[in-house]
Formats: sequence, structure tokens, C-alpha cells
Amino acid sequence: MNKNHFAVIGLFLLLITIIISCQKLEPSAPAEDSILDGPVENLTSAQNIQHLAGDVGFNGQVFTAATGLGPVFVATSCGSCHAGDGKGHPFTTLTRFGKNDSLGRNEFDHGPQLQERALPGYAPEKLPVGTSFAKFTPPINSGLGFIELVSEDDILAMAAGNFNNPDGVRGHPNWSLLPTYIKIRPGSENQGNRYITRFGKKASTYNLLHQTILAYNQDMGIASSFDPSDVFTLLDTDPEISDKIVREVVFYLQTLKAPIQRDQHNSDVITGKDLFVQIGCESCHKQTLKTGISPVSALENKEFHPYTDLLVHDMGPGLDDGYTEGSAKTSEWRTAPLWGLGLAPKSQGGQFFLLHDGRARSIDEAIRMHGGEALVIKNRYNALQENEKQKVIKFLNSL
Amino acid sequence: MKILILATLLFIAFNAQAQIDTTLLRRTTADTSKRKMNMDAIYNRPMLQSGKLPVSLGGYVEANYQHLGTDGISEGHQFQFRRLTLFVASTISSRIKFLSEIEFEPADKEISVEFAAVDVEFHPLFNLRGGMIVNPIGAFNQNHDGPKWEFTDRPISAEKMLPATWSNAGFGVYGKYYQNRWLLGYELYLTSGFDNTIIENEFNRTYLPAAKANAERFEESNNGEPLITAKVAVKNTRFGEIGFSYMGGIYNKYQEDGFKLDDKRRLDVFALDINTRISKTGTAFTGEYAWIFVNVPDTYSQQFGNKQHGGFLDIVQPLLKDNLLGWRNAVLNLACRLEYVDYNVGRFKETGENIGDEIWSIMPAISFRPNPQTVFRLNYRFQKQRDIFTNPAVNTAGFSFGISTYF
Ligand code: HEC
Ligand code: HEC
Repeated sequence: MNKNHFAVIGLFLLLITIIISCQKLEPSAPAEDSILDGPVENLTSAQNIQHLAGDVGFNGQVFTAATGLGPVFVATSCGSCHAGDGKGHPFTTLTRFGKNDSLGRNEFDHGPQLQERALPGYAPEKLPVGTSFAKFTPPINSGLGFIELVSEDDILAMAAGNFNNPDGVRGHPNWSLLPTYIKIRPGSENQGNRYITRFGKKASTYNLLHQTILAYNQDMGIASSFDPSDVFTLLDTDPEISDKIVREVVFYLQTLKAPIQRDQHNSDVITGKDLFVQIGCESCHKQTLKTGISPVSALENKEFHPYTDLLVHDMGPGLDDGYTEGSAKTSEWRTAPLWGLGLAPKSQGGQFFLLHDGRARSIDEAIRMHGGEALVIKNRYNALQENEKQKVIKFLNSL
Repeated sequence: MKILILATLLFIAFNAQAQIDTTLLRRTTADTSKRKMNMDAIYNRPMLQSGKLPVSLGGYVEANYQHLGTDGISEGHQFQFRRLTLFVASTISSRIKFLSEIEFEPADKEISVEFAAVDVEFHPLFNLRGGMIVNPIGAFNQNHDGPKWEFTDRPISAEKMLPATWSNAGFGVYGKYYQNRWLLGYELYLTSGFDNTIIENEFNRTYLPAAKANAERFEESNNGEPLITAKVAVKNTRFGEIGFSYMGGIYNKYQEDGFKLDDKRRLDVFALDINTRISKTGTAFTGEYAWIFVNVPDTYSQQFGNKQHGGFLDIVQPLLKDNLLGWRNAVLNLACRLEYVDYNVGRFKETGENIGDEIWSIMPAISFRPNPQTVFRLNYRFQKQRDIFTNPAVNTAGFSFGISTYF
């Protein structure tokens, strides 16, 4: 054997060592608190299987003409708009338009959502001239299973709690008409044929199934057995998605973990949080809510920290786009949950696009755009010293 | 059924060999003479020929072990049998030859005819080729045999941006001209081509390889429009080869039975390929870069870009050339592949900012070639991929080890 033989043998031994140490040379996982996707802790293996199946439906299923997309649509998959289950981008921001009458009917046939994109050969919808509209930037999808389980009594209690709020904070649940495929929870509160709805920026959908079916239909032009209408002809057509996949996607949303706070022991974060509470932000952005009973024990009777009251509030003329849903007025918006706020740039291309339509380019700007019921409290924020403001922002960034 | 066909084919192939007294077999090793260019890769393969039989046989296999992980999620140990390819070539009469390349990719449960063409030689400058043709876009598409490369994976830009291996029914002409150290080659083919799936697919991006799923193109063009592929290459036997290629045509189905369905939409691809070797050090450079322009309707989603570009560069440095472990002329190489693809070149209408959808990869490698036809290769891939919003990149890294050989 000459020395070349040793070289070759040496190299192959090296190769084997490398392969054995393989995993160490692979990229490590990002910290759990730095990402929004992933399941809640302590799911059973059966629930893990369902969550994974829903993940495939949500992130993996890209619709094409062949699988039912459109023919007019806004995007091609849930995951295109909700990248990493985080907030969306101006490119994935959608437009709703028109006015609804007391029966929830839009003044236009083709409404409320603008089908601004189309398959080749088709023309997309155009916004009718002179009509009012609002834009909606996709919100975070994590932790929604907890929000779905907040009792209506708790929501009504938060509204009642503002009865004599000295800062002028009021707020009420959005009471909406429901599509027939919605199974109403036993004992659900109603005002005539209207029910308390909680998802979406106007809090206009009842539960995650409702939101999911709307998304399939209005965002992607996918008809389902729940809502078989075709966005283009407005006539009923064959389902383009199976009930099974719909249920799996809903389960996926229900079992996404709640966003995890970072740096909560940092002294600036602690001071910032105290200031946030002191100046009254928590009147609307309620820190702690709780869930009730659930078939998923990992979600059952849990306290969680979304920083919302699930009520709609009059946010003043600056945020009044002249478009609304349910019993909310045009100036009324659901208190945006603030959890996961600091992770927004990770899904918004390194920037912030905040408030319902992404108009606020920083946390500070989002706060300064508060008006209406939040005016007094916003002015208190404005009156803070610069370094105190920075601490409030640091706290919000830790969420 | 496909399995059955394959089994029969294999049986015939192996039996054909088994029944022949191997001492009669003549190995026609690949002609590495300097007269060969990338365009000759299809024919320039090691084959076995028996006595005076006009048929020669060959092929190659590729198998790997891989251990890759993405952001903390490891795929674990993966054992891959990528492909088995058989070549059958024959000289039918003087100046008429036939070559076919049949590929079996078990993962896709697919047997496909990658190449099956009859060539008629009139003059070195003018030859006719008809049948199933590998479109000469870039250099990799025609030069894709596993054993030729130091890496277990095909280049991303060649396989996942350009659609290697991309072959179509069609015909055309090719030729070569030489003088002293210079060679000039050209190819021009008309073939069937792409379809709407390049912008209507589940990859959620403009993706030329999506059109490979449509096997109907071998029988009926989706829109009755030809795909033109043309290539010109120049080689200097001292400096190396450079190729310019173009492939384009109308890709979409714009009419059916006389009814207009859409405007005519074009696809145009330009590619540049080089290979050269520094004679002093023996360092070899092989690279290819391509630019793709697709007419995507304005009112369709910006998810599907109208421009793409990307390429790769392989650098291979022989370390030892010697009699190693009893193999004469064995070679040990150190290599590295650099890759980049931007699947969506452009700016968002909404923000004016760059649309991402990009991928980078660096892949150092060690390869050992006991003979020129066989390669053992160990690669370490480090890859970053960003989504269309240019959010933080997804990192993938890990090892692969593979063997690939002509037989
Ligand atoms: C065109 C982009 C787009 C697509 C595609 C899309 N969404 Fe959304 N999603 C949004 C926007 C915008 C909102 C806010 C809508 C609102 O406020 O009414 C939203 C809201 C939601 C919400 C409510 C979140 C909350 O905090 O109340 C859920 C749940 C949701 N989407 C799930 C889905 C699912 C499931 C799919 C696929 C079936 C999907 N989305 C597809 C843009 C999209
Ligand atoms: C009267 C209720 C109310 C009060 C008080 C209030 N907010 Fe809000 N906040 C809202 C509503 C409603 C929205 C969503 C508005 C929209 O979507 O356009 C919001 C949105 C935000 C956002 C943007 C979140 C996002 O994801 O886009 C931030 C940040 C925020 N509030 C911080 C604060 C801070 C800090 C305070 C205290 C100074 C405060 N808010 C007080 C109701 C309130």
C-alpha cells in the first residue's frame, strides 16, 4: 500500500464519520417563541395526525383551474396569504366593497369581496365607481382555537364592563346573520336572527368553519358542499373541496399554538407593560381571556393572553372606510389581538403593515392612528415621554 | 403494467448480454477526443457492442444515500434509487443511425423515452434528426447523465427552473464545422412544447417543469404551435466551449375548435453555457445560466412571475490521479457547485418592492472515480430559500452520498 491508498481509505473513513454526525451539521430549529406555526402542546397522536392533515390542506394545497380555482379569485392557497400563519402583505390584502342592507344583502350582486384576479382568458372584477370599500390585510392565524372557545357570556361581560368607562371606551359584540351551514352552539346568545360573531377584522364570522368556508369561496373561488355558490356565475355548482379537507383545515386552525411572548423578564418590557395598562390600553386590548370546555383537552379551560376583547369599537373618522359587516358601524373595528405583534415583520417581508389594511408602517404609527373611543387613551400615549413610549413599543414587540 | 414492461425490457437487456460470450463484447468507451462538443453528449456514451452486431447497448444507474434537514426538521436517513437508464444505439446503414434512451424512475413509477431519434448524415455541416429529441437548451439538458457529474442532485436551475430532462417529439437539423483548434456547432429543432401548466400549477410559481407531466405532447401539441429550439456553440480545443441557446414559442391554448380562449402568449428562454479547464491545474469549470420570459396575463396572480433567471457553476479540482486501490487511472476530485435561482424577477405592484422567491445553494463535494465511467460522490449541501415576500430564509443542509455509473 502506498500513501495514496491511505489517503483514499482515510477519506472514506472521514466520510463515514461525517455521515454518523450528520444531524449536527443540519440547520437547527428556530426558537419556538420566534415562529407562529406549530401545534398547541399536548395534542394526542390522533390529534397530531389531524393537525398535520390540515396543515397540508392549508399550506400545501395550491388551487389551479383544474382543481377549481376561480375563475375569478384573490389568491391560490390559504398559505399564500397566511405565510407561516403570520400577518399578510399588501400583495395579499383583499378588498371588500358596497353597502349591506338590514338583511345583510350587499347592494351589488358581485360583492362584498372584490375578485381582483382571474384565470387566463377571464377578466377580473373591477371596483364599481364611487362605491365605498375597505381593504383587509391578513391577520395572524395562531391561537385562534383559544379565541373560538371564549364564552359569549365573557364577551358580553366585557362589553357591559365598559358601561360607564370614564375614557369613553364602549364597544359591543358584532351581531350578524349566519349562513345556514353554521351549526349554532347550544345556548348561543341571539338578537332575533342575529348571533355574536368574533373572527375577522370586523368580527363578522361566527367560528373557524364559517371563516374557512368564506375563505375558500371568496378568496379562492372554491365551492364546497357548505357554500356551493360559484363566484363568477353566482350559481350553485359542484363542490371543489371535500368536507373532510375542510374539517381538517378547521382543526388545524383550532390547534395552532398561541403566540409565545419573548423577553417578558426584561425590565423595559415590564415597565412598558405597566404603562400600557396604566394609560388604559387594556380597556380594549384585554390581556387575559379564558376558554371553556372543548373536545380537545389541550384547549380546555385555559387562560391565554391575546390582548383583545373581541368587541368592535368606534375608532373615529380616520379609520372609517365607509364599508361594514354585520351590526358593526363603518367606523367600528374589532380590537386587534396584539399577540404575535413583534413577529409581524417575519411574515411581512421585514416590515410592519398594521391596522386592518396595513396602512400603519410601525407600531407607533398604529397607535397614533387610534381615534374615536380610543382618543383619550391615545392622547395619554402621545403625552408619554419618548423613552416611555419606547418601552411601550418594546413591550408590544415582545408579544 | 409499466412494471411489467420494464421487467421485460430489463430481462431482455440482461439476457442479451448473458447469452453473449463476454469475450466478444467490445466496449466502445466514450470518445473523449477533442472533436466532441456538448451537442454530442447524446451519442458520446460508453456502450457495449457484440461482435459484428450493429446494435450497441449501454446505460447508467444512480443511487444515493441522503440525510438532509430543514430548519431543525430532519428527513432522517433516505435511501434513494433515482434512476436507471438504458441506451440502445444502432447504425442502421451507413449514415443512418438510431439511438434511444429509456429511463426508469421508480419514485415516479415512470418509464419514459427520453430520447429516440433517427439521424441521417448528409454532411458534417448538415444532418437531419427526427423522433423524440432532447431540446438543446443550455448544456445540462443534453448532458444530463448521472455519472458525468460530481454531485448526486441535478442543478436546481436545470431541473427545477429549466425542465431537465426536457424532450419532445420533433425534428430538425444540426451540424458541425471545424478548423484547426476551432469547432462550431449548431442545432435547430421544431418540437412540440409547453402548455398552460407552466403558470397554472401546484408549485405556486411559474414553473416550466410542470409541463413535463403532460405526456400528451408526444402525440398532440396542446396548441398546434411549434417550440423552436436553437443552439450555437463554439469550442476551442485549448480554451473550452461556450454555447448560446434559445427556446421559445407560444405556450398557451389560445383557441379550441375555432373559439378564441385567450390571447396568444409566448415563452422565451435564453441560455448561456460554458465549460473550460485550466490546463496547468486541471481545474474544470462547467456552468450554465438561463433567462426565462413568460407572458403571464396582467390580471393573473403575481405569485406567477413573468421573468426568471438562474444557473449553476461546478468547479472540479482533481487532487490525485493515480493507481488507487488497484484501479488504474483512478481520480480523486474536490468539487463545489454554486447555484442560484430567482423564480420571480420583478417588483410588487402594491409596494414597488422586490418579489422574492429565490434559492441559493453551495455544495462542496469529494468525488472518487475509479474509472471515468463510475463515480462515488459525497456532497454537503447548504441551501437558503426565501419566499415571495423575502421573509427570513428557510435553511436546508445535509449530506448525500451516491454512486453513479455507466454500465
Ligand atoms: C387573499 C388572501 C387570503 C386567502 C387566500 C385566505 N385568507 Fe384568511 N384571511 C385573509 C384576510 C384579509 C383576513 C381578514 C379578513 C377579515 O377581517 O374579515 C383573513 C382572516 C382569516 C381568519 C380569521 C383570523 C382572525 O383573527 O379572526 C382565518 C381563520 C382565516 N383567514 C383562515 C383562512 C383559511 C383557512 C384559508 C384557506 C381556506 C384562508 N384564510 C385563505 C386573507 C386570506
Ligand atoms: C377603544 C379601544 C382601543 C383602545 C383603548 C386601544 N386600542 Fe389599539 N386597537 C383597537 C382596534 C379596534 C384596533 C384595530 C383597528 C384596525 O384594525 O384598523 C387596534 C389596533 C392596535 C394596534 C395594531 C395591531 C395590528 O395588529 O394591526 C396596536 C399596535 C394597538 N392597537 C395598540 C394600542 C395601544 C398601545 C393602546 C393604548 C395606547 C391601544 N391600542 C388602545 C382598539 C383599541
